[in-house]
Amino acid sequence: MDAKAREKGYLKYVDSKTPQTKMWPTLFYAFLVGGIICVIGEGLGDIAKLIWPTLAEQSISAITSAGLVFLASFLTGIGVYDKIGAFAGAGSIVPITGFSNSIASPAIEFKNEGFIFGMAAKMFVVAGPVIVNGLASAFVIGIIYFIFGI
Amino acid sequence: METFYSYLIIFAVGGFICLLAQILIIRTKMTSSRILVLFVVIGAFLEGIQVFKYLEEFAGAGARVPIIGFGASLARGAIQGIKENGFLGLLAGPLSATAIGITVAVLGAYLFALIFKSRTKK
Repeated sequence: MDAKAREKGYLKYVDSKTPQTKMWPTLFYAFLVGGIICVIGEGLGDIAKLIWPTLAEQSISAITSAGLVFLASFLTGIGVYDKIGAFAGAGSIVPITGFSNSIASPAIEFKNEGFIFGMAAKMFVVAGPVIVNGLASAFVIGIIYFIFGI
Repeated sequence: METFYSYLIIFAVGGFICLLAQILIIRTKMTSSRILVLFVVIGAFLEGIQVFKYLEEFAGAGARVPIIGFGASLARGAIQGIKENGFLGLLAGPLSATAIGITVAVLGAYLFALIFKSRTKK
């Protein structure tokens, strides 16, 4: 049996053994939780607008994301965010809170391995690739603007 | 009533973006880090082709809060940096635009890693 056929057989075997995720409930919860997180973000922005009416739109959106990020790292610390993530799937991953969770969660988990190579290094296991790729694509877009002078 | 309506749009758009990601996870079995990377790049692209600002006008936090908003901020920082300071602005802009989010995330993680212990996963 050649390697390809063997791999195919193995993948089939894995598929038969892995528990089938129920498609519709997970989609519904992803939609629900993702939507709620966005509404909370807008709410934070609206509250900031009430307190500081003269604030620029840019600062409002900075407060929104900073508030959500801080809230999410707290919820990760007390173990609530993982519980939300267990049923919300992408609904808890895709919002900026998921980015924050991806930093806070390994930081807490690897604290035992020391503060430098444990906590500080593992913090960027997921966030590192996100920042690197985001930065690279932003740079490419910037270069295109730079060359064509749009 | 108008506020309720705008919140409904925010809910629907934000939820829909997460729904798309969930479909991707189910169909392609992508890991969550790949999903995050993919959506950041998509966000930067949407900002690059000037589509993101319409999405943001329409949905507010529904577009900004999903990680595509982070990618869009990076790209917006790059474009603004170029307009203001040329090539040096391009180098400084993306991270300046997202500095608050990254700093709060890192310091928050540091703080709560000091306070809380990791719990064993069941």
